[in-house]
Amino acid sequence: MPCRAIHISGTHPMRVTLFVPCFIDSLYPNVGMSMVRVLEHLGHSVEFPEEQTCCGQPPFNSGYWDEARAVASKQLDVFKNAEIILSGSGSCGAMFKVFYPELFHGHDREAEAKALSAKTWEFSEFLVNKLGVKDVGARFDGKATFHDGCHGLRELGTKHAPRELLSHVKGLELVEMSEAETCCGFGGTFAVKYPQISTAMAEVKCNSICETKADFVISNDSSCLMQIGGWLDRNIGSVKCLHLAEVLASR
Amino acid sequence: MTTLAEPPRHQFQLDANRTAADGDRRAAVRKALHNYSSARDKTGATFNDWKSARNAASAIKHEAVNHLDRYLEEFESKFTARGGKVFWASDSKQARDYIIDLAKRKSVRAIVKSKAMTGEEIHLNQALLEEGFGVVESDLGEYIQQLKGEAPYHFVFPCMHLRRDEISDLFHKELGTAKTDSPEELTMIARRVLRRAYIDADMGISGGNFIVAETGMISITENEGNARLTVGLPKIHVALIGIEKVVPRLADLALFLPMLATAGTGQHMTGYNSMYGGPRQPGELDGPEEFHVILLDNHRTRLLADPEQRDALHCIRCGACLNVCPIFKNIGGHAYGTTYQGPIGSVITPHFRGLEDWKHLSGASSLCGACTETCPVGIDIHHHLLHNRRNAAAQKPAKGEQLLWKAFAFLMQRPALYRLASRFAPLGSLLHPLVSGSPLDPVRSWTSTREFPHAPMRSFRDQFREHQAAKKGVASSGTQQGAKR
Amino acid sequence: MNANSGDRNAVLGRIREALREEAPLKHPAERSAGGAPTTAHFREWLPPVGSRIDERLELFTRLSQTLRSELTLCENIAAAAAAVTELAAQENWKTIALHKSDLLDGLRCLLPASLNLLTVDEGYDKDALEACDAGITQCELLVAQTGSVCVTSSNDGGRVLSVLPPHHIVVARRSQLVSDLTEAYASLASKYRGTYPSMISFITGPSRTGDIERILVLGAHGPKRLSILLLP
Ligand code: SF4
Repeated sequence: MPCRAIHISGTHPMRVTLFVPCFIDSLYPNVGMSMVRVLEHLGHSVEFPEEQTCCGQPPFNSGYWDEARAVASKQLDVFKNAEIILSGSGSCGAMFKVFYPELFHGHDREAEAKALSAKTWEFSEFLVNKLGVKDVGARFDGKATFHDGCHGLRELGTKHAPRELLSHVKGLELVEMSEAETCCGFGGTFAVKYPQISTAMAEVKCNSICETKADFVISNDSSCLMQIGGWLDRNIGSVKCLHLAEVLASR
Repeated sequence: MTTLAEPPRHQFQLDANRTAADGDRRAAVRKALHNYSSARDKTGATFNDWKSARNAASAIKHEAVNHLDRYLEEFESKFTARGGKVFWASDSKQARDYIIDLAKRKSVRAIVKSKAMTGEEIHLNQALLEEGFGVVESDLGEYIQQLKGEAPYHFVFPCMHLRRDEISDLFHKELGTAKTDSPEELTMIARRVLRRAYIDADMGISGGNFIVAETGMISITENEGNARLTVGLPKIHVALIGIEKVVPRLADLALFLPMLATAGTGQHMTGYNSMYGGPRQPGELDGPEEFHVILLDNHRTRLLADPEQRDALHCIRCGACLNVCPIFKNIGGHAYGTTYQGPIGSVITPHFRGLEDWKHLSGASSLCGACTETCPVGIDIHHHLLHNRRNAAAQKPAKGEQLLWKAFAFLMQRPALYRLASRFAPLGSLLHPLVSGSPLDPVRSWTSTREFPHAPMRSFRDQFREHQAAKKGVASSGTQQGAKR
Repeated sequence: MNANSGDRNAVLGRIREALREEAPLKHPAERSAGGAPTTAHFREWLPPVGSRIDERLELFTRLSQTLRSELTLCENIAAAAAAVTELAAQENWKTIALHKSDLLDGLRCLLPASLNLLTVDEGYDKDALEACDAGITQCELLVAQTGSVCVTSSNDGGRVLSVLPPHHIVVARRSQLVSDLTEAYASLASKYRGTYPSMISFITGPSRTGDIERILVLGAHGPKRLSILLLP
C-alpha cells in the first residue's frame, strides 16, 4: 500500500489484523466487533483472517510444548503478512508477544516467531502509544472500576494506557479498587483443574470490586472477565462486566 | 513437617481446598499481610532506583552462583584460617550425623536454635530429639510453631496464620500462663521462657542468610536478637547453610541487606544484621570456642545443573513472593507440604525432591507473575513454573492429558474443522441448562461455583463477515452471505 | 575426626559438573565491571542520604524516631552521664554492665555511686549479666542511611553485652556517623585491614518482632530500649 506521502503520526491509516481467540469468537463477539468499530472510527482498516484458530496457550501452559508449537506454527502462517496484530485478550497477546519467541527458541521458525512478536500489540497500548490517541470520542454513563489482567500488566507492561483512554470517556466515572492488580484466579486450565482455589481468588477480587460500589468492571482481557463475571453473576448479580473496547465503542 | 498420609498431590488438593473454603483463616492471613504491602511499597519508594538495584543484586548473585566452586573454596580457606570448621554435606543425613556426632563428642546437654529453614529441610530437631538432645527454637514464631507441633507456615513469618487468642490458648496449655489478648504480653511470656534457654545451652544452631567469600564470614539477618544470643552465649556454634548463599564481597551486603529488609518486611534494615567470621578470636572477651559451618548441598547441585532455572538459586529467602501470591493467600502455607512454601518453593521443590511427586505445585498457579514482579533479585519465578510443567510433561506425560492436547493440536491446525466445532457453541449453550451442575455437566468444575457465559447465536466471525459485506455493498454481500450458509 | 571436611570433593565435583553450561544473564546490571557491578555504585540506587554532616544527622534522627531508638544529643561526657543517671532513676536500675574504653571510662566515674557496675572485660557470669538492668557500650559507627549502630566483638563489649540486658545504651561521637553501608564497610575494611573482629553487627532499633499477627512488639529477646547518646 503506497502511503509514503502521509507522515502525520496518529492519522496515518494502518492495516490492523485481529486475532480473535475462540472464546471471544463464540462467547463475546461484541468485544471483537467493538474493536473493529473503534479502529475504523479512527480511520484504520481491519482484517480478520478466517484461517486463524488458537494461539496455543492451553497446551503451552499445560507443559505440552510440542503440541503448542504445532498450533502456534499455524498462526505464524496465518499472520505472516500482518502489519499490526491486535488481540482482545491480553493473555493471547502475551502468548504471541512473549511466549512465541521462547516456544520457538532453537527451532526452525524462531525468526518468524520473533517477527510476529514484534508486530503484536495490546489493544490499549496500540491506541495510546502507537497511534497517540487518548480520546476516541466515546461516551459511557456510569461508575466503573478497572481490573488489570495479569498477562497484560506483567507480561506486556500495560497499566497506564487503558486508564488514559477511559479518563477521556465522557460520562464515565472511574474508581480504583484496592485489589486492581490482584489476579482474578482464571489462569486458563487452572480455573478448572483447581476450581476451589480459583474461586477463592475470584471472591477476593470481586469483593474488592464491590467495595468500590461501581456498577461496571472493565478490563482489557476477556478471559478475566469470564471468571469475574461468572462469580459476580452467581453471587452478586448487579455488577456488569465490560471489555475496554466495548466502552470505547459506545457513543 | 506435615506427615503425608496421601501422595503429595492428593494431600495438596485436600489441604488447599480446606483453606480455600475457610474464610476466617484466609481473612487472618490477608490481615497479617495487609500492613506488609503498604510498608514494602513505602520503603521501596525511598530507593533512588529500585529496578537498577534489583538488576545489580541479580548480577551479583549470578556471578556468585555461576562461580560457586571458587567462592565456596575462598570462604572455606578464610573461615578455617581463623579457627572455624567447615563441613560439606552432600545430603540431609550427612548434615544431621555431623551435628549429632558433635553433640555427643562434646557431651552437649542443651541446644538453642535460631531460625534456620535448612534445619526444617533436614528434619534436624526430630533427629536430635531421637538421640536425646532437646532443642529449643528461639525465634518467637518458630517457638510458637514448635510448641504447637506444627511446621512453619511461611519461611519468614512462621506463625502468621495464628490469631492472638490461639497463641494465648497455646501458651496457657503448654506453659500454664494466664490468658491474654495482648501481643505484647504474649511476646514477654516467650521472652521470659527463652532467656533461660540461651544461658543454659552449650550448643547454638543457626542458619545463615549470606556466605561472604572474600572475608570468610556468614551473615545472619533477624529482628528479635535471638540469633545474636544464640551465636553469642553457648560455647559451640553450628551454622547450617545452603551452598547457594554466597556473595563475593563483604561490601555486597551494603546492597543486599537493605533490599532483603525492604522486600522481606518493608523495613529499611532488619533489626540485627550480624557477620560472623569464626569463633572467639584472641583478645576477644566472649563468643563460642568452636564455630562450625555446614555447607549443605542436598540436591541444590541438581538445580544448579539446569541453566534455565539456575537463577532460582539467587533467592535470598525474603518471602516477598509468598506475601504477594494470591495462591498462597488463599491456600495457606501448610498446604504446600514443603519446607519452602509459595512460588519459589513450587519452583525449587521439584528439583530437590523429585519432579514427578511435586510437579502439581507448578500446576497450581494462575501464572499471574506477581512473584516475579516483586522478587528483589529478579528471579523468573512464574516462568519457571511453566518450565517445570514442560519438563514434567516431557519426562512422564500423563497419558490422557497428552492425548487431549494432541487432539487439540490436530483440531487447531485445521481451521475448517475448528470453525465447524465452534458452530456448536450456541447449541451447547442452549442445551447446557439441562445438565448444568449435574455429573453429566462437562464444565461442572466451572459451574459448581461460577456462571458460564451464554453463547450468542452469531459469532464474531458471522458478525464481522456481515459487517464487511455491508461495507462493500449489495453485490458482494450476496455472494459472501451465500458462501457462509 | 579433626580434619573432617565431609563430602568436600563430591560437592565441589557436582558443582563443577553442573556449571559446565553457562546460565544466561537475565538482568544485565548497569555499571558492571566484569561480572557484577562495583560496590561504589550502590549508592546511586539505594535510598539517598545527602553529603553534608547535618543532612546525615537529620536522616539519622528521623530514622531513629521511626525505629523507636532514643537519640539524645549530649554536649559533653558529663551530659551523657546525666542522661544515664536520669534513665537509671526512671527505670529504677540497680546494676548495669559496661566495658572498658576511654570513652566509657570517662562516663563511669560520673555515674551515681549507688549503681552497681559489672565490667565484662575479664569475662562475666552469664546469669549476672542477664540480671543487669542495662548495658552500656561504645560502637564502631553509626549509619545514617539505615539508622543503624555498628558494634563489633573486639571493641564494643564483645558479642553479648549489647544484646542481653533489657536496655542498651550506646555512647558515640558525631564523627562516627557515616553516610551509608558502603561507607561503613569501607571504613571497617581500612581499620581492620583484613583481620576483622569475629562479629560485626548492625543494630537497627531495639529488638522487635511482628510474629503475632504482624503487630510490632519491642523487646522480643534483645533490648526493649535502645538509647543513643551522641557526643560532639
Ligand atoms: S524468590 Fe525472590 S521474592 Fe521469593 S523469597 Fe526468593 S528472593 Fe524473595
